[in-house]
Amino acid sequence: MAWARRILRVNLTEGTCKEEPLNMDWAMQYLGQRGLATKYLVEEIDPKVDPLSPDNKLIMTTGPLTGTNAATAARYSVVTKSPLTNCVACSNSGGYFGAELKNAGWDMIIFEGRAPKPVYLVVNDDEAELHDASEIWGQSVWFADDWIKEKHQEPMFQIAAIGVPGETGVLYSAVVNNKHRAAGRSGVGTVMGSKNLKAVAVRGTRGIEVNDPEAFEKAVAAAKAVIAENAVTSQALPTYGTQVLMNVINEIGALPTRNARDVQFEGANDISGEAMHEPRRSDGKPNLARNGACFGCTIACGRISQIDPTHFSVKDKPQYHHASGGVEYENAWALGADTGVNDLEALTYCNYRCNEHALDPITTGSTIAAAMELYETGAMTKEDTGGIEMKFGSAEALVAAVDAICEGTDFGKLLGLGSKRLCEKFGHPEFSMTVKGQEFPAYDPRGIQGMGLTYATSNRGACHLRSYTVASEVLGIPEKTDPLSTDGKAGLVKVFQDLTAFVDSSGLCIFTTFAWSAEDIAPMIDAACEGDWSVEKLMEVGERIWNMERKFNLDAGLTAADDTLPRRILKEAARTGPAKGLVNGLDKMLPEYYELRGWTPDGVPTGETLSRLGLS
Amino acid sequence: MEKALVIDVGKCTGCRQCELACSYEHTGEFNPARSRITVFDFHEKARFVPYTCTQCDQAWCMQVCPVGAITNENGVKVVNAATCVGCKVCTIACPFGTINYEPATGKVIKCDLCGGDPACARACPTEAIVFTDVSVQGFEKMRAWAEKTDTAPQATA
Repeated sequence: MAWARRILRVNLTEGTCKEEPLNMDWAMQYLGQRGLATKYLVEEIDPKVDPLSPDNKLIMTTGPLTGTNAATAARYSVVTKSPLTNCVACSNSGGYFGAELKNAGWDMIIFEGRAPKPVYLVVNDDEAELHDASEIWGQSVWFADDWIKEKHQEPMFQIAAIGVPGETGVLYSAVVNNKHRAAGRSGVGTVMGSKNLKAVAVRGTRGIEVNDPEAFEKAVAAAKAVIAENAVTSQALPTYGTQVLMNVINEIGALPTRNARDVQFEGANDISGEAMHEPRRSDGKPNLARNGACFGCTIACGRISQIDPTHFSVKDKPQYHHASGGVEYENAWALGADTGVNDLEALTYCNYRCNEHALDPITTGSTIAAAMELYETGAMTKEDTGGIEMKFGSAEALVAAVDAICEGTDFGKLLGLGSKRLCEKFGHPEFSMTVKGQEFPAYDPRGIQGMGLTYATSNRGACHLRSYTVASEVLGIPEKTDPLSTDGKAGLVKVFQDLTAFVDSSGLCIFTTFAWSAEDIAPMIDAACEGDWSVEKLMEVGERIWNMERKFNLDAGLTAADDTLPRRILKEAARTGPAKGLVNGLDKMLPEYYELRGWTPDGVPTGETLSRLGLS
Repeated sequence: MEKALVIDVGKCTGCRQCELACSYEHTGEFNPARSRITVFDFHEKARFVPYTCTQCDQAWCMQVCPVGAITNENGVKVVNAATCVGCKVCTIACPFGTINYEPATGKVIKCDLCGGDPACARACPTEAIVFTDVSVQGFEKMRAWAEKTDTAPQATA
């Protein structure tokens, strides 16, 4: 019921696929997906393991609601130890892959070891088998997707794969499913590549039942009605996608621009959700072809775009003239505002390339932005860039840099290090906008103070999806707080972190929380799953997950000194906008946060906290 | 009034709630593989297309069934599972592919309009699938085109 209660364990070294029962005691404490898979990971690997060694493991995991008709129950996650951050990694994706895996009767697949030569896994309900991937190794995600369907004559396969960067060690390779949906962050695809695992193809026809169908249908219908009546989830997101934020965040002065030298971008409107609807001068068509949904999603925020075929990036490349995943807000920011490029078509091309070759577009854009700053200050020269003039605002440079990463040129390999290692190599570590080695996303912590604490304390390195205080500080959800003040942000971050941790463990999409409170979500989980799942219990599950992840990171060697922000955010004040003159007040929030968490002043969970959460 | 499922592909987002609702209605489980309606994702054409039986008047499936397992119930072509022998001849006869063999039961399955209140139409969040008067299926399209008709005063000789 809800859980498939089965795990597929794939030993790549030995080439074996074995079934084992799901540990239901753990399921009752960690729910599923992010929480439960991380529990398996911390139990099974040494926290100090080299992330790219065969001793690391990689888990593809669904939640108990994945594949049901609860709105947005599409989600699956990839859990492993990250090569980018050396922290726990959990990257979440939608599309159709997760529901298919669940329908095949598996809660998760645990990959261990390293295949002697490249392989891909085929799961057909109960049957699981590894196949020779030599004909798709060295090819893109898109190629692999088509090739596997053709080879097995199975158009109904849902496929997750890596591209060339994941094979060759680019530290921020994603795992892309359905050609444009990504478990994007922290280099989970790089780990997959290190295991010589190219792709996973799944067909599931077993079906999913829930514990109390009547109560479940009632809870699902009530929750769907909330989404249908909420302005963000029923109007803003379907119409503009997450790109609805571009102009909003720019206006409040929190749009990191040109590697966060500025907090407002003069070209923001050119790359906004609104601009994606505007007919182009060249062909009279808008960039946006339509919106699209993931499995079971009644919001449908996805962007599906079509690049202007006369644009310089694709003029002689008909293979990019079809529709595919368009820019979401984070991607448009990282590839656009952060590099100073206001050319929507160029961003769309780069986004296609990130999907085609499974790259995290946030880290890709932010690393290119750092390279532009290195170039403009003279630390990096044309000799390093392979002749590319890496100037802020140059769409040509952006396109050439993304191509270089995909093609693995010498400059592409440099960029493949991510901004932290790149900037250290060129003697300017301060140009890297990272926390724990991961690039931060599209919210400047000088203009939205709570996001500073969010980035500093995120267990997977800088990330907006661990505690999206933007909801409160900018959008007033659940209630408005002042984005320029640090007051109360420690408590806000903690609540958002715990809430997000259990939502990420359920199979649901975190975007529902624009409309749903925990009170809307709990009845669905309670009806679908055995056991009692109240709001209080789910928040405790979230807190347990957060502390488990924290403990893993501390055991891996991280300390409170890693809970910090780039120097620029702490020392260089915003130059324009409402936050003009402000830096981020992390020092005002962090001690209070540790205290609220039940951690020592050094950021270590106390014995009492661990004991209360059953983590001793 | 005879009603039919009317599908507007322009409104479909590919969420597949219709497949979930259909499989749940007919089998008690969430299983798109056992749904009588299927959404096709033509990703590179930016188009999602829900597809199911249109309840042909002269239904090929019904006419070829050797055991008379498919009957016409007020315009709806319904498979009587107890009579169906799983020969699959109907799946060959149907020009649209909307009647299919189900390995789980050894019978064929097709849309039966849920006895008059189709679960797919109820579940569709965008009204891409609606259940409406069969004789005016084209009404909305007609209206949309009619609205585009130039009604500016014509010059007279």
